[in-house]
Amino acid sequence: MSSLTVFFTGLYYIAAFILIGGIAYRVYEYARTPAPLKIPTTPAPTTATGTGMRMMREVVFFESLFKSNKWIWLFGWLFHVGLALVLLRHLRYFQEPVWFWVEFIQPFGKYASFIMVAGLAGLWARRFLVDRVRYISTPSDHLMLALLIAIGLSGMGMTFVAHTDIVALKAWAHGLITFNPQPLPGDVLLLVHLFLVALLMIIFPISKLLHVPGVFFSPTRNQVDDPRERRHVAPWAAALDARDNG
Amino acid sequence: MAGLDFEVPKFSDTAYTEVPKIKEGAMAHAKSFIAPQGPQEYLGYPWELGEDWKERAIERMGEVLQKFRSVRVFLDACVHCGACTDKCHYFLGTADPNNMPVARQDLMRKVYRRYFTLPGKIAPWLVGAEELSKETLDQWYSYYHQCSECRRCSVYCPYGIDTAEITMAGREILNYVGMGQKYSNEILGKVQKVGNNLGLPGPALEDTLAGLEEDIEADTGVPVKLPLDVQGAEILLVTPSADFFSEPHVESLIGYAKVFHAAGVSWTLSSHASEAGNFGLFNGNYETMRKVAMRIRDAALELGVKRIIVGECGHAWRVAYSYWNTLTGIGYGGEDPFSKKLQEQLDPRYPQPMHICEYTWDLIQKGVLKFDKSKNDHRVVTFHDSCNVARGSRMGDVPGGQFTIPRNIIQAVANNFHDMALETIGEGTFCCGGGGGLLTDDLIEVRVKGALPRMNAYNNVVQEKGVNFLALICAICKAQFNKVLPIYGFDMGMVGGVHQLVSTAIKLEE
Repeated sequence: MSSLTVFFTGLYYIAAFILIGGIAYRVYEYARTPAPLKIPTTPAPTTATGTGMRMMREVVFFESLFKSNKWIWLFGWLFHVGLALVLLRHLRYFQEPVWFWVEFIQPFGKYASFIMVAGLAGLWARRFLVDRVRYISTPSDHLMLALLIAIGLSGMGMTFVAHTDIVALKAWAHGLITFNPQPLPGDVLLLVHLFLVALLMIIFPISKLLHVPGVFFSPTRNQVDDPRERRHVAPWAAALDARDNG
Repeated sequence: MAGLDFEVPKFSDTAYTEVPKIKEGAMAHAKSFIAPQGPQEYLGYPWELGEDWKERAIERMGEVLQKFRSVRVFLDACVHCGACTDKCHYFLGTADPNNMPVARQDLMRKVYRRYFTLPGKIAPWLVGAEELSKETLDQWYSYYHQCSECRRCSVYCPYGIDTAEITMAGREILNYVGMGQKYSNEILGKVQKVGNNLGLPGPALEDTLAGLEEDIEADTGVPVKLPLDVQGAEILLVTPSADFFSEPHVESLIGYAKVFHAAGVSWTLSSHASEAGNFGLFNGNYETMRKVAMRIRDAALELGVKRIIVGECGHAWRVAYSYWNTLTGIGYGGEDPFSKKLQEQLDPRYPQPMHICEYTWDLIQKGVLKFDKSKNDHRVVTFHDSCNVARGSRMGDVPGGQFTIPRNIIQAVANNFHDMALETIGEGTFCCGGGGGLLTDDLIEVRVKGALPRMNAYNNVVQEKGVNFLALICAICKAQFNKVLPIYGFDMGMVGGVHQLVSTAIKLEE
């Protein structure tokens, strides 16, 4: 087994560990930190079902962003939908046989990469063109977009320009999840693509990509508007009641 | 206007406010007076920076991160998308980029990243992380007192990030290191020592109420009462203390009294809890907010009332509706002895607490109240949704009742009503510019400039619909517009309460 294969195989196990472990730790941290007060942004749903629907609209359609700014919504939504299709298409590299619906979305997933990169480009352009957004942009904001675009372009290069040995790649990917390491093709484009994806996985739990788990824990969106009907008390606050009632 | 050392913004040609190009540092000079020893000591905070202020600040930030999920999630989740950048009335009015919600949060986020996140520890330059410096602390003081905690940004953020939560955390940390705000902290002392924000003692309150009873009787010929500390009354009314002596607030108080009179119900005010306002909200200190709210619980238990109704006050209604059950057990659903003690006393047929608008609208629907709408014909009315009511509470059974119920009341008592531009009301309403502990003369420039988006929308209905009455359900909004309307060239008499309109039109039986 070549040192290249060893390096990338090792890298992906480490990256996967950091991604899953890191996000799990963040989720644990968010979940154990109490939200002591009822702060849904009203008007808010008065039932748990309604609140679930609100969260669904937020996550799937970016409802609040749509209210806010049509350009950011358009670019942001295109990027995320493009990315979702692209990711789903990539499932085929881990499956044998490939599921029906993954097969079905294959052509959509291929061209979704254009939508994804176009969305990212739009978001990046705003960081230069809109003075307010330029003011708040940090180097990491630019680098994050550069990273995602580089991942997209390197992947598109393999899909549309210089194909890699996809059979060997699939064997490698399948080997990863079955803990049966296989040799990795040495195409430069592929190595760049894989390296950047691993980098993205590693920085996920320590970067603003935490908006992904974060949104589900946002009290202004996930709380039910029923403070008069239900008493909502955090454990550390309940201790105050016990003290005052003693 | 004389005495102002800044330029008052000009109206736009439409109801909307143009998004300005950023002007760095435009409001860096704005700084409200720092609280002296007295109020700081009373609240248990230091009154000057000690040598270890930096350690104390970071320590407090760590505690806040443990106690409040909102702060932790909001500091992590922001992606700097820019959706909030043109949503804050203070940014629209001042063009200072630190008044963009995201930048206001970043003043804290940069410190959070440096001390509490891995990238901020190893590569601060990459993620905009910074050591906490005295300069940053001063920026916190300035810009966390240029936020009225109105939550407009939270409506538009794709993750629901509420800058109010960050501002509150910022003020809490500032207090903890000895940089409290004079205005808010003096009020927090008065309300706990005397019973209300104005520091109006019991006997003075009694006199004021007796005077008002005489005025009403002279005016209407009907002996409408304003009872105080009546044991066994059915309803306890808790209202902002401005209602007792400020104009136009007192007109609404007279309105509530007439409604209770017409309903023939027994009600009372409390000298111990003669204040609905709770500035503890503004400072983000749970225990202070709880102590201030506890006065209402104590008064309710002591007087043995069955219902608790809250007068026209925006932030008070947010605290009452959203927090009272949590803080003091005023509400339902408590399983613990602390909350059961009170909840078993309250009348389960009604929501607790209830907003005075919910109460009045309910009586209107039942046909209990009769009006002569023509009495309000000299008025052309519009309604300003107060931020805390709009985005931090509800009225009635359905979401959005906080928008429909006050408008329903207005249209039941007055013939001429026009709403302001759609994007400036409802959940997108603009703050009056004086909320969140900013209603002090040392912040007049912030208040005047922050009022611009509302003033543009108001000016539009004044010009196009002949509106001459800005109806409000918030004591802070009333005081703020009273001050700011003349500066924008309007007549001060245009400001009033919803129950002032009720008061004008209600028919009382002698």
